[in-house]
Amino acid sequence: MSTLVRNSWLSFSEFAATFGGFQMFSFRLLPYLPGALLKPRLISEQIYSIGVLSLVLTMFGGFFVGTVLALQSYGTLVEFGQVDALGAFAAEALVRELGPVVAALLFAGRAGSAVASELGLMRATDQIAAMELMAVDPIERIVVPRFIAGIISVPLLAAIFSTVGMLGVYLVGVHLLRVDAGAFWTHIHDRVDLFEDLGNGMFKSFVFGISASLMGVYEGFNAAPTPAGVSRAATRTVVITSVWILLFDFILTGSTLPGI
Amino acid sequence: MTNTARGIDISVGLFILLGLGSVIFLVTQSLGSTGLSDNESYTLHARFDHIGDLKLRAPVALAGVTIGRVSQISVDPGEFRATVDFQIDSRFSQLPIDTFASIATSGIFGGKYIDLSPGGDDMVLQDDDEIEFTQSAILLENLIGKFMLNSKSASAE
Repeated sequence: MSTLVRNSWLSFSEFAATFGGFQMFSFRLLPYLPGALLKPRLISEQIYSIGVLSLVLTMFGGFFVGTVLALQSYGTLVEFGQVDALGAFAAEALVRELGPVVAALLFAGRAGSAVASELGLMRATDQIAAMELMAVDPIERIVVPRFIAGIISVPLLAAIFSTVGMLGVYLVGVHLLRVDAGAFWTHIHDRVDLFEDLGNGMFKSFVFGISASLMGVYEGFNAAPTPAGVSRAATRTVVITSVWILLFDFILTGSTLPGI
Repeated sequence: MTNTARGIDISVGLFILLGLGSVIFLVTQSLGSTGLSDNESYTLHARFDHIGDLKLRAPVALAGVTIGRVSQISVDPGEFRATVDFQIDSRFSQLPIDTFASIATSGIFGGKYIDLSPGGDDMVLQDDDEIEFTQSAILLENLIGKFMLNSKSASAE
């Protein structure tokens, strides 16, 4: 019994320490942000390795989420004779929820873990200490560019995800299930709102981008300098980012949903 | 500048262009329609007392098959009637001049569309002609209202 209490106290205090350390780390990053924009080369290299290289996975995910969404919702809509609304239904679901959330989850799995293990390995092989010895600020040099690149990449990936998803919905809905193409687009134009749907979705993916990339750089930068520490950093990044994204999604949806 | 740096620049540029392109696509989809450019079509007009919730780009059907699209909906300020313009595929240019246009509903709760019933006249409708014989949308709530009013007055007698 006492071991159980001690263990839960240990894990709680570890959680508190991680949470506190995370806050401190985020505040440490803030003053670097304006200066980092003066070095676009560092950021563009990171956009390449975390954004461009996630592109294929994101498009693949978006396309098949769209096709499955069309197939699944068709069965329900056809019962009510509302097949024409398939496009609007799928577009709203993609733009509001699936695009931002699934793109961010894929990003956490594909790029967040890569950032965490890369920084963790730098920590483990004393590259970060070497930078400090050479009076190169590792936060300015390696952390902030990855953070900013993540914030830029995630909303773009979410928009690409939604667009490719709509293509999937269109292909399945109009060409496979024979929904009228005109009605398909008309309902989308009628239902999808610029601010309420698209603006809401883009804001969400911006928040998810901040959480995903912040988590990756934090876990990597503060990883234990051992092989196990590096793998732990990568795992924790994916797990914690996913939990955060889903939690934030609920909060943001609840606070911005019209009519509540 | 080395070759790899150039490759990275190009791919990052393409990535951002693709992302912004997607954003622009989504914005255009949420801003309402801009009208469909049909390659071969002609325009007809029809006036209705009430169009219900007929929407732009709603189908125009002949015998239940879509042969055109609603291209413009406006209200005649003098006559207080709705003017609907629609574009018909040029393959269907043999519509008689006494064709009847009515606003129909697909299913009970489905969207509105324009249903054309051809008449028997030898003259055919030309581009920019007006269909004389029209029937307004049947508003379900009005029907229910009338029905309830009737049954009330019947029970009063």
